[in-house]
Amino acid sequence: MSLRQGDVPFPSDDKRWRLVNATMRRHGFQPEALIETLHTVQESFGYLDDEALRFVSNSLRVPLSQAYGVATFYHFFSLKPQGKHSCTVCMGTACYIKGGQAIVDAVGKAFNVEPGKTTADRQLSLLIARCVGACGLAPVVLIDNEIAPQASIEELPQRIAEVISRAEL
Amino acid sequence: MLNYEELTEIGAAERAAAQQYQHRVSVCMSAGCLSSRSDQIKDALETHAAEKGLGKACQIKGVGCMGPCAAGPLVAVETDNVLYRNVKVEDVSDIVQSLGTRPVERLVMPTNTPFFSRQVKIVLENAGRIDPERIEDYIAAGGYKALFRVLTELMPVGVIAEITRSGLRGRGGAGYPTGLKWSTVAKAAATKKYVICNGDEGDPGAFMDRSVMEADPHRVLEGMAIAAYAVGADQGYIYIRAEYPLAIKRIEKAIRQAQKMGVLGKNIFGTPFSFSVDVRVGAGAFVCGEETALIASIEGRRGTPRPRPPYPAASGLWGYPTLINNVETFANVPTIIRNGSEWFSRIGTEKSKGTKVFALSGNIKNVGLIEVPMGIKLREIVFDIGGGIPDNRVFKAVQTGGPSGGCIPAEYLDVSVDYESLSQLGSIMGSGGMIVMDETSDMINVARYFMEFSMTESCGKCIPCRVGTAHLYDLLGKFVEGSATPNDLTLLEELCDMVRHTSLCGLGQSAPNPVLSTLHYFRQEYLDRIAAVSQNGAEHIVVGE
Repeated sequence: MSLRQGDVPFPSDDKRWRLVNATMRRHGFQPEALIETLHTVQESFGYLDDEALRFVSNSLRVPLSQAYGVATFYHFFSLKPQGKHSCTVCMGTACYIKGGQAIVDAVGKAFNVEPGKTTADRQLSLLIARCVGACGLAPVVLIDNEIAPQASIEELPQRIAEVISRAEL
Repeated sequence: MLNYEELTEIGAAERAAAQQYQHRVSVCMSAGCLSSRSDQIKDALETHAAEKGLGKACQIKGVGCMGPCAAGPLVAVETDNVLYRNVKVEDVSDIVQSLGTRPVERLVMPTNTPFFSRQVKIVLENAGRIDPERIEDYIAAGGYKALFRVLTELMPVGVIAEITRSGLRGRGGAGYPTGLKWSTVAKAAATKKYVICNGDEGDPGAFMDRSVMEADPHRVLEGMAIAAYAVGADQGYIYIRAEYPLAIKRIEKAIRQAQKMGVLGKNIFGTPFSFSVDVRVGAGAFVCGEETALIASIEGRRGTPRPRPPYPAASGLWGYPTLINNVETFANVPTIIRNGSEWFSRIGTEKSKGTKVFALSGNIKNVGLIEVPMGIKLREIVFDIGGGIPDNRVFKAVQTGGPSGGCIPAEYLDVSVDYESLSQLGSIMGSGGMIVMDETSDMINVARYFMEFSMTESCGKCIPCRVGTAHLYDLLGKFVEGSATPNDLTLLEELCDMVRHTSLCGLGQSAPNPVLSTLHYFRQEYLDRIAAVSQNGAEHIVVGE
């Protein structure tokens, strides 16, 4: 006999699985809770690994292929762990017109990282955003998800380095 | 059960409470100003007011977007009728000192300028005035009265007739008549129906819906509830993109407040009508703004569109008839019911009624959120409201409709901003992103930027869009680099035509628009890139297919 819904054992005794399970329970373990649940996994763990995808797909009785399909379809979900810190450059139209690309290039060069990738020491991920909707402040850069207002290309790498070193202390 | 008297009382009590304060100060707490740390300014205002013993005499509230986002953080002293711009924490003591006396001159933002005087506010009437996190403040501004009137005085057909008479058209971009859409869903026979609010504002350079949800969330909920009554739905969803955490938070809070007060939930205002709303958070896919893709996403699947018909009005969420409207469309509804369709239809042009909210940005002085009557001249938006182009540069074009739209060059600045006129020029009204470009902008580069966007965001389901956008992107790259041949130009035009006519959904069908429109108005720029190669005698680099 198969397990009852919600009876799929947690992959580990990590408390964060309870959060994931709570989201699924709130939606009655219905298959349509897939995206909402993956949001919770992403929020709690920072990314979606195989273990998480298996757990969620078993719990919601969604084929693993569908869970993987959804996880890779949406840009918001990441299958790899992100760096400790993030620098997100907005590339919405307003930011693009005002030189977003130059910022991406400058940060990439300063930290030797390609857009969408994480530095070798896992300290910094350089991310591209599709318009964060703060076009009035263009070009917009977010450091650890907080908008760094009016950052010039010259001082931005310095500011990011400060954020990283401050956290190290 | 909340009744009309209680609703009126709540509003009156809220207004009376506000009148008790000698000074009323509002701080913009929308995403733009908030990221310039307007929250610290609000805290500092409270501390300073308390220190000066004004704690009880001074109301300090957080409000939604006031409009001139580039001048943020913004602080308004309602009782002194003054607006301050670029306020810093250090300025706060001067502001508190000045309350009730002469304003702090160095911070004053004049409000008698065209930026303010040329706007007509319906959707944004409460934005920047009410506290979006208090339902009482919305009720004090007349909120939920339209819902009450609809539920107690009008039949569903009456509501639809009123919306139809108003001439309201979808504000998501396509401009489909709202009343017609509602009546199609209302006529569909089914045991269950849904109302969906499309808050997946994905166009890069657009932040209208975000601002409305952040500044006046209850207006959207009231509009949805009225629509639900009209079409016979009892469950609604607001689909908001994950990039808008503040909008999600405020809408969720508004839903809880509305349920607690009884304006959402079971037997609203003691009538048999019940309606609940849930939030669904997007996960970063532009294509989910397309209605069938959005429905797939709410159902927990990959957001890929499907062929229409059947339209969602006949078979939508889980196969049931579903009404999908954009945030701004719903936000118009309460005011139309309150002021009447005749009042609304007096604003705008013959075929485009009411107002449109635009997110004005790019190379323009007054970047921000504006609401203008339909039929206004583009020139007035750019040069009067927008203040023109900074740094003594020359205007080149306005881009509307984002990756699905096109650009409008200087010779058409006198075009009337309405659905028909803009599409005649090869652009679209779009959801409201308006990006101004000056002479330094490279139009081919801009076209390639949008093509890169469409290419990345293509869901991959149909080949013309998946493969066509990638080839278009490569071709445009050759023009940007200056390695294009005359043959590439022909190929570019043919491919645009093919992608436009054979793609499955709006994303692919409209993806060539930025190219076609720049080819039409700035053809010389394309030709120059070809000519440059031949003149230099450089080798023609023909990339083999």
